[in-house]
Amino acid sequence: MNPQRAAWWFLTPAILVLGVFFLLPVIAALGLSLTDYDLYALADIRHLRFVALGNYWDLLHQPRFWSALGHTFHFVLVGVPLSIMVSLGAALLLHSPLARCKPFFRTALFAPVVTTVAAVALVWRYIFNTKYGMANYVLGAVGIHPVDWLGDPHWAMPTIILFAVWKNFGYNMIIFLAGLQAIPGDLYEAARIDGASPLQQFRHITLPMLAPTLLMVSILTVSGYFQLFAEPYVMTEGGPLQSTTSVLYLMYNEGFKWWNFGTASAVAFLLFVIMFVVTALMLRVARRGTAA
Amino acid sequence: MNPRIAKAVINGLLIGGAVVALFPLLWMVSVSFMRPGEASALPPPLLPAHAGWQNYEELFTRAGMGRYLFNSFAISTAITVLSLACNLMAGYAFAKLRFHGRERLFHGLLGMLVIPAQVAMLPLFLMLKYMGLVNSYAAVIVPAMATAFGIFLVRQYARSIPDELMEAARIDGAGELRIFAQIVLPLLKPIMVTLAIYTFLTAWNDFMWPLIALTGQEHYTLPIGLASLAREHAQDSELMMAGSVVTVVPVLALFLAMQRYYIEGLLLGSVKG
Repeated sequence: MNPQRAAWWFLTPAILVLGVFFLLPVIAALGLSLTDYDLYALADIRHLRFVALGNYWDLLHQPRFWSALGHTFHFVLVGVPLSIMVSLGAALLLHSPLARCKPFFRTALFAPVVTTVAAVALVWRYIFNTKYGMANYVLGAVGIHPVDWLGDPHWAMPTIILFAVWKNFGYNMIIFLAGLQAIPGDLYEAARIDGASPLQQFRHITLPMLAPTLLMVSILTVSGYFQLFAEPYVMTEGGPLQSTTSVLYLMYNEGFKWWNFGTASAVAFLLFVIMFVVTALMLRVARRGTAA
Repeated sequence: MNPRIAKAVINGLLIGGAVVALFPLLWMVSVSFMRPGEASALPPPLLPAHAGWQNYEELFTRAGMGRYLFNSFAISTAITVLSLACNLMAGYAFAKLRFHGRERLFHGLLGMLVIPAQVAMLPLFLMLKYMGLVNSYAAVIVPAMATAFGIFLVRQYARSIPDELMEAARIDGAGELRIFAQIVLPLLKPIMVTLAIYTFLTAWNDFMWPLIALTGQEHYTLPIGLASLAREHAQDSELMMAGSVVTVVPVLALFLAMQRYYIEGLLLGSVKG
């Protein structure tokens, strides 16, 4: 067998799987989003009708789509900066030559990342229990009235954000740590000799040297946070008053609760387009930043 | 700043961070050993008054947790083994074998990384439904048998294998399969371990697709089983914490044992952007 033939033998299983179970469905989703595929079509395909951009048009006129989009953006706009600040802070602490027991702290801070969302969401639901939760008990000790964390539409989203930051910051922390370790030490040496304060060193050495890592981490985190689903599913079931229904939650409900596959596919595609545009914008802004 | 104060501040903050990161997990374990109702009290109890296994017994004898545990192990193991085979072969081919259209195909593969998996979920569900695979292990395993990301990771790693090794074996008359199995695979062992742990953890923790694809309790994985239990037993904190322990501990233990490899994979993986 010649290497050319062999190459295709090695590739076939993976390409078959990715083509049939990923690429084909993605293309089909685009087609599906242009139809009114619903329970009737599921029972008998002859009921299927082509509606062109009708699903998209309807969605853009539906308050529940805009509110789901709003919740998702709320999650991304508050959660991502918070998550990145906490990760960077933790990485800086771990990187400091003054820190002790580094392997222990690194493992401890990373542990939430490898836990199962569905399971630890239950733990946090218990911690945020209005009556018996630890969160309100601790706040009560300093004289703050109990908060209805997951039952109040104003608080449910911030509570889920806190949980998500706890769950995910360790991931970015490790990436930042690797970025920090790659910065040559003599830069700091030279800055110290010139009399730069730690804050100046951070501002003029650490941040610029870390910029590529920061961009990459931001893009990964934004794309992760756009895909909010399991947290509200387990903690609040999208409530109270739909206040934690994300775009993917809406897609899940449209598709697998009400069997509106056409509309659900349109929701999925709109999310994809939004994520794509946001990522492209971030890259563009970053490029302009380095050019300036 | 005085270095002694700086040292105290830095280590103090680290201790605080570690407490915040670990407290929910430790408390989860503690509450799981409490008696029914014991956790619904003020102040919230930190340790069980009379520690016992009754929640775990209840989970395994009546709530079907043993079944979910088995399903999670079966599905995650199958995904790990099968996807490892597919990704290793494809990654090696992209790195070391010459064939027509290699660059174009590889760029197509990279392009797939930007498409969120959820876009494919609805047609995939319909497809599997027509194939009669919805609510079977296969519904979760088959779509995960190859990943663009895994192939990319293997390719990056396999590029460091010197071409001379394979050329020498070819001159000696070894077939391509034999070269792959006896020369390439042993050299790929480090990335194999990393990818295996990464895949297993991801498969175990996955939520959305199993929730969609598995419609009957008998096939539920732990996260799905736990979420459905939580909807029935919203008030039984002790039982839910025991369920969370059963779900989290296997992957946490795997991570603690294989930390180095897992974090390596995470760093390799993050270069993809």
